[in-house]
Amino acid sequence: MTMIFGVPLAVFMGQLLLGLINGAFYALLSLGLAVIFGLLKIVNFAHGAMYMLGAFATLLGMRYLGINYWAALLLAPLLVGLLGMVIERLLLRRIGHLDHLYGLLLTFGLALIFEGTLVNFFGVSGARYPTPEALQGGYQLGFMFLPVYRAWVLLAALVVCLGTWFIIERTRLGAYLRAGTENPALMQSFGVNVPLLITLTYGFGVALAAFAGVLAAPLYPVSPTMGSNLLIVVFAVVVIGGMGSILGAILTGLGMGLIEGLTKVYYPEAANTVIFLVMILVLMLRPAGLFGKEA
Amino acid sequence: MTFIKKTLASSIAIAAAAALAATTAQAEISDGEVRIGYLADMSGTYRDLAGPGGLEALRMAIEDFGGSVNGAPIQVYSADDRNSADVGANTVREWVDTRNVDMVAGMVASSVTIAVTNVLKENDKLGIISGSAASSITNEHCSPNHIHWVYDTYPLANGTAKAIVDQGGDTWFMLTADYAFGHALEGDVTRVVEESGGEVVGGVRHPFPTDDFSSYILQAQGSGAKIIGLANAGADTVNAISTAAQFGVVEAGQQLAGLLVFLNDVHAMGLETTQGLLLTTGWYWDMDEEAREWSERYYERMNRMPTMVQAGIYSSTMHYLQAVEATGTDDTATVREYMMEQPINDFFARNGRLREDGRMIHDMYLAEVKSPEASTGEWDLYEILATIPAEEAYRPLSESQCDLVQN
Repeated sequence: MTMIFGVPLAVFMGQLLLGLINGAFYALLSLGLAVIFGLLKIVNFAHGAMYMLGAFATLLGMRYLGINYWAALLLAPLLVGLLGMVIERLLLRRIGHLDHLYGLLLTFGLALIFEGTLVNFFGVSGARYPTPEALQGGYQLGFMFLPVYRAWVLLAALVVCLGTWFIIERTRLGAYLRAGTENPALMQSFGVNVPLLITLTYGFGVALAAFAGVLAAPLYPVSPTMGSNLLIVVFAVVVIGGMGSILGAILTGLGMGLIEGLTKVYYPEAANTVIFLVMILVLMLRPAGLFGKEA
Repeated sequence: MTFIKKTLASSIAIAAAAALAATTAQAEISDGEVRIGYLADMSGTYRDLAGPGGLEALRMAIEDFGGSVNGAPIQVYSADDRNSADVGANTVREWVDTRNVDMVAGMVASSVTIAVTNVLKENDKLGIISGSAASSITNEHCSPNHIHWVYDTYPLANGTAKAIVDQGGDTWFMLTADYAFGHALEGDVTRVVEESGGEVVGGVRHPFPTDDFSSYILQAQGSGAKIIGLANAGADTVNAISTAAQFGVVEAGQQLAGLLVFLNDVHAMGLETTQGLLLTTGWYWDMDEEAREWSERYYERMNRMPTMVQAGIYSSTMHYLQAVEATGTDDTATVREYMMEQPINDFFARNGRLREDGRMIHDMYLAEVKSPEASTGEWDLYEILATIPAEEAYRPLSESQCDLVQN
């Protein structure tokens, strides 16, 4: 059997594929963070909580309203996006003129409130969300057994990531957004409703997190703490990619998934820290991140 | 000043009570009140297995006892240790210094427990531990000031691993949480597997905590071992089991062995995912009429069925209060000695007795998680396959490193 550094080729290939799938998750979550930071300059510490709320909306929607998975893919991000817009209108807007640190603390506080409230009602063990029927089972690839659902996650995440990148970088709406954050006064004088644009952007960013939450619901137990566990890693991904860089967030997300996957084969004890090691290295060599622009 | 006076006065009272106990065993209850502190993780990873439910079980015990001992009222304090040894030790120190707490119950994370037992020892107060797993608590960390009630890692390995090897599961791959508890459990399991004629063919130590187990499950599948042993707990075990279900591990012919699985874990994962899982437990709510009766009363208050830890908190508190009543004092040594003399047979413990190392040994059970078809309700989760007699389940005193035993 062909070996790669002492690991059979088949196992190695399997790990690469799994790494890519996890990477797609990181990409989706860090993309939302990058959009919010890049356009609004808010360090959104509530992102993990929004991801968690997306998963909870999916679970509770099924349990109490009989909403199925496919409808939840649309409804949960919509609902959480609306919540995000309310938060932006009522809270974030009022501290927009202050230092970034205030936004960070405010969103962190919000995350704790959401988490704590749900812990009070649902405990911390979490609950299972069944894999939708159409996506059950798996493919025998020869080198590994690939569950259909994981393949779907990879596909869905990639499509949404690329779609977002396209809207922001290649369409007129995206151009307005970028210009509106660069010079709001000028855009306003052209008749563009900049505050509305900002509200919509924040709503869209957290809706992306909620979408990741819906994708995660059948994979991990739906629990109030699921977001906070992931948040720090996702922040590291955004920093490595370059704060605010859309393409950076997507590519780094996938890349970090791969690196983490390989670490799990060769030295599993370091799997949780390898991303932070990469972050330190990148910050030393390129302080603005891999895809960031020097300020 | 009044605070100092009070402390001074109570210290004198305790000293006097202790002296009196030594001579006549007719000491009084200090401050005219029995004061119990409940310390547990109330908000984090271990909340559901002990947490607020454990506090409710403690309150139930006090209510059932009548709310007072020999006319002295029973006072309860509670706090969240947030799984931090510092927070736990400081809380207990404050309870002992300013509120003159006599006994501390609950205690989940083993690191917190070990820190707290040191404080209890310095102040000569009693601790009754129900949530912690580390068997070292009554081995190298034993003291005359604490008792370990529900279970520990020794019978977990002894029960599950031995039963599985006996059933033909002789090759193992270990999935181990990379910290002290995981290492200890892995060591215990490896010993039991090898002694029973099996072999551990491989393993991986994963970071604690880990959300995504797909990579480790893939490695376990590749190892070809018949059994995948899970030397982890809580959310890690839950994630590992659900990931294994997604990758069709059981359908492909491998079996999972959960070495520390609680009722709330199985409830959270659902039977579809966990069916067929073998596990060792100190108690199960539906194991007999007595257990059921108590559990239904608990269910009315908490809307959940109790875990073995929550039931153990009730059982141990009851035993403690009976000892205080019988001896007429809340003095640690007197009460502990009386507790050791009395056999323990209640809805929780069968063939229970307290050994000099502080370990409460009682029958343990090997259980299998039911299939969704076999289950008749939301909480109908286990089938008890075998009883592991108390004397076989726990570490024998002949292997103990506890200095209370060598004396």
